[in-house]
Amino acid sequence: MSIIVNHLTYRYNPGTAMESTALDDINLKIEDGEFIGLIGHTGSGKSTLVQQLNGILKPTSGGVYVDGADISDEGYNLKKLRGEVGLVFQYPEHQLFETDVFSDVCFGPKNLGLSKKETELRAYEALKQVGIEDDYFYQSPFDLSGGQKRRVAIAGVLAMKPKVLILDEPTAGLDPKGRDELLEKLTAIRKDTGCTIILVSHSMEDVARYADRIVVMHKGKIAFDDTPSEVFKHRDELKEMGLGVPNITETMYELKAAGFPVSTDIITVDTAVKEILRAMGK
Amino acid sequence: MSIIQTDNLTFEYIRRDEEGNVEGITTAVDNVSLEINRGEFVAILGHNGSGKSTLAKHLNAILFPTEGTVFVDGKDTKEDANLWNVRETVGMVFQNPDNQIIGQVVEEDVGFGPENQGVPTEEIWQRMEESLKAVGMYEFRKKSPNRLSGGQKQRVSIAGVLAMHPKCIVLDEPTAMLDPIGRKEVIRAVRALNDVEKITAILITHYMDEIVHADKVIVMDKGKIAMAGTPREIFSQVDKLKALSLDVPQVTMCAHELKKAGLPIPDGILTNEELIKALKQCQ
Amino acid sequence: MLRDITLGQYYPSDSVIHRLDPRVKLMGTLIFLTSLFITKSFYGYIPAILFLFMVIKLSKVPFSFMVRGMKAIAFLLAFSVILNLFLTQGEVIFEFWKLKITKEGIYTAGFMAIRLSFLIIGSSIMTLTTTPNNLTDGLEKGLGFLKIIHVPVHEISMMMSIALRFIPILMEETDKIMKAQMARGADFESGNMFKRVKSLVPLLVPLFVSAFRRANDLAMAMEARCYRGGEGRTKMKPLKYKKRDAIGYLVLVLYLGIIIALRILLK
Repeated sequence: MSIIVNHLTYRYNPGTAMESTALDDINLKIEDGEFIGLIGHTGSGKSTLVQQLNGILKPTSGGVYVDGADISDEGYNLKKLRGEVGLVFQYPEHQLFETDVFSDVCFGPKNLGLSKKETELRAYEALKQVGIEDDYFYQSPFDLSGGQKRRVAIAGVLAMKPKVLILDEPTAGLDPKGRDELLEKLTAIRKDTGCTIILVSHSMEDVARYADRIVVMHKGKIAFDDTPSEVFKHRDELKEMGLGVPNITETMYELKAAGFPVSTDIITVDTAVKEILRAMGK
Repeated sequence: MSIIQTDNLTFEYIRRDEEGNVEGITTAVDNVSLEINRGEFVAILGHNGSGKSTLAKHLNAILFPTEGTVFVDGKDTKEDANLWNVRETVGMVFQNPDNQIIGQVVEEDVGFGPENQGVPTEEIWQRMEESLKAVGMYEFRKKSPNRLSGGQKQRVSIAGVLAMHPKCIVLDEPTAMLDPIGRKEVIRAVRALNDVEKITAILITHYMDEIVHADKVIVMDKGKIAMAGTPREIFSQVDKLKALSLDVPQVTMCAHELKKAGLPIPDGILTNEELIKALKQCQ
Repeated sequence: MLRDITLGQYYPSDSVIHRLDPRVKLMGTLIFLTSLFITKSFYGYIPAILFLFMVIKLSKVPFSFMVRGMKAIAFLLAFSVILNLFLTQGEVIFEFWKLKITKEGIYTAGFMAIRLSFLIIGSSIMTLTTTPNNLTDGLEKGLGFLKIIHVPVHEISMMMSIALRFIPILMEETDKIMKAQMARGADFESGNMFKRVKSLVPLLVPLFVSAFRRANDLAMAMEARCYRGGEGRTKMKPLKYKKRDAIGYLVLVLYLGIIIALRILLK
């Protein structure tokens, strides 16, 4: 499923004194099966952008084309689109509402008009994908731990079998263990289903580790759009945007500045260790 | 001289099912004894459910021990007569920036604590000015909290506590809901209070980079103290931290791996500068 | 959208109106609202218009901000205008199918529209220029005499103040949950009445859960900051009448006098 964002501009409160441009002439092409890291600091427009991709917000000008069709066209089937482009909001556990975990996950597929059997099958599968055990299925979602709630909420979107899964800061507020588990689960889901993943994140380390393409937003525009190692070559510009590079990349820059003959084209700890050992002649 | 002392502190709560029958007892804090000295910067680490927040809530008498005792500035928190004194001595900043600001204008929120303490009007204004200046938010004093960023809101909350002139401030995951810029702002403000105003700071977090400057680090696991020591001592035990599923700063991890590969690097490298120094000595 | 509701919101500024004692503003609002009901003719509204514009000008709140608040009640306004327009009996000046528009109808519709708009603008000036704390202080002190008959005036005003602070937060939250459920295919717009009400469940349950969680957090934060009711509390901004408040009261009395005089003269 191809998504093309074409010259998209979005303004809040157009025509009033409070008007502000959230997205400014965005062009983007999302390929099947990619793992995209979308970064930018608060207010850079990244959350606004992902809400355009499933038609929750409508562009002021320009458009989003899914499989060649403009999603803002009159009569476009938005419900079907929202099943195909699954969007997990920040703190998704705040949307849980059913009396038990299983029914809550059924909400999405049920809205798509699927049969009861298919709905339940999908809910079961989705809960398995995020690693929720059967014992929890008939508990109230409000009795679960924070990390479990988060995973149930993500299952609620997964159960619609999206071809593109967008997650807006899915690890916010989780501890390191919960964060790593969740990101590993996402990698596994992508491997199993071949879906595209767009991960909105504040953590340079996380996107460096998991994404194979990084899109950097700044002041409503796309500042960089490339592979992680290419994007993190722009250390100074990224710092100016208040973002910076992964800590280990920063370490390599400082080592180089201190006279060590190391490459700065490093974004993970493993490669850094090898590079330092090489430079030290070991 | 210690400002906070817990002796065999245990906190249990009873889990009940829907009909109110007892399902079991959970021990959130299990026999914890610790001592925090005046002016120290102490970081408490641990993953969610390790009991660190429950422990923190004992320090200003929001929760009371099931067994054991908590002394704040020498006073037993369980005694009713000490309640308000304890809460004046230890201020508390919570995780969610929106759910702890009471005032509709920044300055009114900062005045809320002193108002409750019965501080005379003129002095409230003085304290409001000093506290907001200490966290760098004075120019925002007339603003509505809803118009501030997360980091700014948390700094207002810190000022609100500061205006009560506490001897100690407990911050319960104040940065968990913030972006990296907000996190830096808040940590900078906390360090300034500790360095300049000499207020004892107890920071609960799971971000490792925030505890590098602490005097003492306590790692909690399953309600117990799993590790305690200086940041260097803690970060020297990379494998143990990993086993407790905690993060290790990337530079520390890198130094640890280099040492394993045979380079003579000391344990517990915390910053890039330290790594550079250590590598220079290898050459 | 929901965020357009300005009623109950504070607009920070540093104007004479902002600095007035909240008791003066409470009394002013009361007098202004009364004056709208005393007046029975268009001419009678002239002083009300002048008074309102003077206050808005002095308050430094942008006029567009006030009008935005009107959007929220546009439906109510339209409803009252249409009702009055077609249902008032009298001299017919326009006829279409079964609908008749009368001279009296136009007159009443216009009259009601002005009254309703002024009512909303008049009361929103109060909240736009007074911080909730200040407002509740005013209520607490203005109604302090009720304490004698054991009305918990402090507690009530504290509750109001907190409710007002959380309105914008809960509005934003509603918006967010709505979007999140829409992303799961929820439909809030189509279907019959019954279906629509049912579709609100996924919105209202999370909203209530969140409100309770926030209330719980806030109560804890207040206790941690030594809140223990009104007893022994001092005030950061104690209410003391100043010269400008005396002038304020004077202006109000004058305004009320003019309105009453006009009512009698324009009979």
